[in-house]
Amino acid sequence: MLSNLRKIGQFALVALGTLGRAGLIWFQAIWRRPRLANLPLVLRQIYQLGVLSVVITVMSGFSIGAVLALQGYNQLVKYGSESALGLGVALVLVMEIGPVVSALLFAGRAGSAMTAEIGLMKATEQLSSMEMIGVDPLQRIVAPRLWAGFISMPILALMFSVVGIWGASLVGVDWLGVYEGAFWAAMQDGVDFQSHVLKGIIKSIVFGLVVTWIAVYQGYDTIPTSEGIAAATTRTVVYSSVSVLVLDFFLTLVMYQF
Amino acid sequence: MQMRSIEIIVGAFMLAGILSLAVLAIRVSGFSVGTETNTYTVYARFENIGGLVNRSKVSIGGVIVGRVAEISLEQETYTALVRMEIDSKINTISSDSTAAILTDGLLGGKFIGISLGAEDRYLTAGGEIHDTQSAIVLEELIGQFLLNKF
Repeated sequence: MLSNLRKIGQFALVALGTLGRAGLIWFQAIWRRPRLANLPLVLRQIYQLGVLSVVITVMSGFSIGAVLALQGYNQLVKYGSESALGLGVALVLVMEIGPVVSALLFAGRAGSAMTAEIGLMKATEQLSSMEMIGVDPLQRIVAPRLWAGFISMPILALMFSVVGIWGASLVGVDWLGVYEGAFWAAMQDGVDFQSHVLKGIIKSIVFGLVVTWIAVYQGYDTIPTSEGIAAATTRTVVYSSVSVLVLDFFLTLVMYQF
Repeated sequence: MQMRSIEIIVGAFMLAGILSLAVLAIRVSGFSVGTETNTYTVYARFENIGGLVNRSKVSIGGVIVGRVAEISLEQETYTALVRMEIDSKINTISSDSTAAILTDGLLGGKFIGISLGAEDRYLTAGGEIHDTQSAIVLEELIGQFLLNKF
C-alpha cells in the first residue's frame, strides 16, 4: 500500500520535472531576442521541416478531400441535398481535418526526424562540444527548429485544406456530377473567413508549437544511447499525436465561446 | 545544399502558403473587400422574421441583389425592422414593391424576396417597403392544419 503510494508520488515528481525542464528549454530558446544572424539556420530548418513535408501533406490532403466528397455525397444524395457537399467538406477541412491531420503528419514526418537528429547530436557529444566553444546549443540548435515549426505548420495546414477542397471538387463536381455553381456558392455562403478559416489557422499555429516543442525536448533530454534515441523518437510521435488530438478538442471548445 | 537555393525554395514554400490563404479567403469563404460602399439602404417591417439572420440574401426574381444588414425589434409596434443593403446598380425598384421572407428549398435558409410593384416612383436610400409578408412558420402551418382537421 505504502510502496504503491510512493510509486505514484515518484511518478508525479518525474512527470512534473519533465514538464519543468521542457518549459525551461522552451523559454530559454524562445525568450531570448531572436538574432538576425540565425536567420539562415531558421531557413534551413523551414526547408527541412516544412518544404520536405509538402509532398506528403499535399498527397494526404488530396486523398482525404476526395474521400470526404465521396462519403459525403453518398449520404447527402439520399436527402437530395448534395449541393451542400462543398460546404460540408470545406468546413470539415478548414476547421478540423486540415490542422489536425497535417499536424499528425508533421509529427510523424518532421518531429521524429528532429528528435533523432538532436538525440544523435547529444549522443555524439556535439551539444556539449558546442557549449565548450561558447556556442549556446539552445540558441543555435533548438531555437531555429522551434521557429521553423511555428512558421511551417500553418502553411502546411493551409495547403492541406486547399488541396483537400480541390480534391473534393474533382470528385464531387467532375465525377459525381454535383452542380458546380451550387458546390461553390454553398461553400462561400457558409464558410466565414473570421469564424472558420482564422480559427483553423490559430489551431495549426498551436499544433506547430506543441509538436516542435515535444520533438525538440525529447531529443534534447534523451538518454544518449541508441535505445534512448529509439525510445525518444517513439515518444515524440506518441506524445505529439495525443496532445494534438486532445488539444484540438479543448481549442474547439474554447473557440465556440467566441 | 547551397544557401541561396534553400532561400529560394523556402520563399516558394511561403508563397504557396500565402496563395493557399488567398484561395481559402476568396474562393472558399467568399471574403470580399469594399463592396459595402456601392449599396443603398432600404427598410422593411415584418410581423415575424422566422429564421432570417444578418447577411441573409435579398433577391429579386431569384437573383441576389443585396444582403440583410441589421435586424432589430421596434418597441412601439413590436415588429421586426430589417435593414437591407441593396446593390446601387439596382435602383429602379418601384416603391409599392412587396418583400416576402421565403425559404431556400425545404430545409434551406431564409431570404428576402422582393416582387416588383407597378408604381412609377422608385425606392431611394432610406426608403421603406410597406407591403411585407412574414415568414411562413412550418410549425404554425401544421398547427392550423391539425386544428382544421379535428
